[in-house]
Amino acid sequence: MSTTNPSSDAPTTEGRFAGLRARFGGRSAGSPASAARARRRSKQRRRMTNVAGLMAALVLTGVGYSAIAPANAADDAATTQSSAEAAGQALYERSCISCHGSNLQGVQDRGPSLIGVGEASVYFQVHTGRMPLVRQEADAARKPPVFSDAEIEQLMAYVQANGGGPTLPSGDLREGDLAEGGELFRLNCASCHNFVGEGGALSSGKAAPSLEDANDMEIYAAMLTGPENMPVFGDNQLTPEEKRSIIDYVQTLKEQADPGGAGIGRAGPVSEGLVIWVVGIGALLFGIFWMGTKA
Amino acid sequence: MATTITPNQPAPRISKAASEVDDRLIVAGPLRRTLNKVFPDHWSFLLGEIALYSFVILLLSGTFLTFYYDPSLSETEYEGIYAPLRGVEMSRAYESSLGISFDVRGGLLIRQIHHWAALLFVAAIVVHLLRIFFTGAFRKPRETNWGIGVVLLVLALAMGFTGYTLPDDLLSGTGLRIVSAIILSIPVVGTWVHWAVFDGDYVGDVILGRLYIVHVLILPAIILALIALHLLLLIKQKHTQFPGPGRTEHNVVGNRLFPAFAGKATALFFIVFGLCAGLAGLVQINPFWLWGPYNPAQVSAGSQPDWYIGFLDGSTRLFPAWDINLPGDYTIPALFWPTVVIAGAMFTLLALYPQIERKLTGDDASHHLLQRPRDVPVRTSIGAMALMFYGVLWLSGGNDLIADKFDISLNAMTWFGRIGCVVLPPIAYMVTYRICLGLQKHDREVLEHGIETGVIRRLPSGEFIEVHQPLGPVDEHGHGQLTYAGAPVPKRMNQVGGARRAVKGFFKPIEQPADVELEAQRERRGLAAAEADREVTSGRPSEGGRPSAGGRPQDPRD
Repeated sequence: MSTTNPSSDAPTTEGRFAGLRARFGGRSAGSPASAARARRRSKQRRRMTNVAGLMAALVLTGVGYSAIAPANAADDAATTQSSAEAAGQALYERSCISCHGSNLQGVQDRGPSLIGVGEASVYFQVHTGRMPLVRQEADAARKPPVFSDAEIEQLMAYVQANGGGPTLPSGDLREGDLAEGGELFRLNCASCHNFVGEGGALSSGKAAPSLEDANDMEIYAAMLTGPENMPVFGDNQLTPEEKRSIIDYVQTLKEQADPGGAGIGRAGPVSEGLVIWVVGIGALLFGIFWMGTKA
Repeated sequence: MATTITPNQPAPRISKAASEVDDRLIVAGPLRRTLNKVFPDHWSFLLGEIALYSFVILLLSGTFLTFYYDPSLSETEYEGIYAPLRGVEMSRAYESSLGISFDVRGGLLIRQIHHWAALLFVAAIVVHLLRIFFTGAFRKPRETNWGIGVVLLVLALAMGFTGYTLPDDLLSGTGLRIVSAIILSIPVVGTWVHWAVFDGDYVGDVILGRLYIVHVLILPAIILALIALHLLLLIKQKHTQFPGPGRTEHNVVGNRLFPAFAGKATALFFIVFGLCAGLAGLVQINPFWLWGPYNPAQVSAGSQPDWYIGFLDGSTRLFPAWDINLPGDYTIPALFWPTVVIAGAMFTLLALYPQIERKLTGDDASHHLLQRPRDVPVRTSIGAMALMFYGVLWLSGGNDLIADKFDISLNAMTWFGRIGCVVLPPIAYMVTYRICLGLQKHDREVLEHGIETGVIRRLPSGEFIEVHQPLGPVDEHGHGQLTYAGAPVPKRMNQVGGARRAVKGFFKPIEQPADVELEAQRERRGLAAAEADREVTSGRPSEGGRPSAGGRPQDPRD
């Protein structure tokens, strides 16, 4: 009854989905152009709101910032490529150096070396607010980002210039096959992030985070760089097209309404059990008490 | 039915028809006896009925689902309406389940009614069982019916598991995989049993067809037969009742089956049905289109069974990985103990509990009057202990979700469960025992000294006393002479009519509070009216007797 080959090594995965992709090829190419345009437009809108949200967060944190370090970020943003690296270095030396070292080489028991992690890793860690870290603990929680988009790009430029590493992709990150993305997600991601990206517990206080707040680029960067406990899904394991399919599936599922009513966390039997005992049995006990008073 | 026709009037057509039937089948006598059967009245006696009505809903909704479901494991490529799965290879079973949810008119609603009713069915059985246990309703002569009830519970679990497996989604397939492993873990016979059940290695291509027949034919037939037996025994042995005025071991005080009891039962059926339909319409259950088709290579975080199997999932999560390796390449896997052994031990103890208790107490008499849980502290504490053990296992079945949502270390949750399932039950026993004794003592105290009225009096000497209302005649020391008879003891003045009667209405008042007050004044009932007339006393004869007799006040506790 297996629908796919149980073996999960890369060549088999490649070969198996080559056929799937060939079957889906026609429909993917023939999808209405207007839908694609609309998706790009909505993507632009999303990006705009993301930027707006970031700027708002920056204003809030800015007050505290200027008290400690009166550097002018707006001036830095308007400089050239090489000065972006310089600005990134300035940010790095202010906010990252204590754990990652003066030359990105890392500090024993505090932070890993950043040489060769690439801009993708910087984007994921800083854009999800995980870095700068609040404290050392089992894993870093997502929080509102500390840096603006412009500052993140400067940090990315600085880290990329020192050792290289994975870079961020461009283009539509949802350009993929939805159903294939689902199969790949269940095969590669669900064992930690759960069927629908709700996340799940790992050992010793670590956890695979929910993908609820993750944007396309963050998911892509996470697959590319394997942050924290996550394995790296390099382009040999999951091709860029397959990554885009997975992102398409995750984001489609998030936007999809629950046809059966309230989703109760899409967590399955545990929340259903809670509902039947609290709501179901609760309501019926109330009902029979009521009938008792009518005796 | 017997007809009551006055001779001079023409018989109504219905009476005539009834007479015709009775002439041939002779049903009037038995029917009259049945309809006149008296059932005692207590809200907790309706718990079993909830289970019965959920089962009726399950039969009706399940029949609808069989029209569209195909238990085939043959592979097919989905080309249906749900886009995120279009083009994915899946079994016919999963495809037809998707069809029920997305293509059949009303299919999703009926499927959700079926699943919610299933969860409710087992939950109601458990609550019913707890009521029977804690009130001692299983005692002689009802041990057989208790045993039937335990068998019904086990069958309901089997029913739930087989139904859970049928959609062949990734979640249920994971569950089936675990059951396959459990069967394999049984020493000596495990492999053979597995081969017999699955017709080969896991997963084979017959298992869904077999589980389907078990789910829609074999188990429902057995459950129906056992429910019938359960009810017949109930009617034959008569329902138990709580002790109270006029109630003895030799009578039954309550309402006749028709019309009072039948009316209530019908109302309860519609309440249960309304609840299932309401949940099904408002709350999504088992959205297996999100889980994806079953594939042995895939497994998701947070895979749980439905709630009633959760305690076994929990015991498996808690049990240490203690494989027993025997010489000659034989292994008893650790999985065997927390699943087969624990479940077997729990249900065996449960089924045999009436015999165990009879042996331990030496109580061989027949009992038709129920006991209040506080009056049997040992049994109540054993029940609390068992519930605590079950509760820890149950909680541990979802420990990864709890760890994730509440940001607790999963390892800490596991160790909490391991230590908790050993340490917490005895604590529950001791706490429950003390609570039972405390409640017993309070009952005796109220019977002896009367109800605390909350009225503080100052004596001419300057001393303050609290006035107590005796429940009955008192001796020369002012002590009540009623003995405890197993019935609830009134502990507040308004339970003995000391306050104004409550304004009628469950959700909102259906009468004017002002009218009730006027009525109370007219009847000159209650503490306020009594106080207007005379001083309230301790009730000692030396001080003038009970307050109603106008005794003088004095400290009632010396």
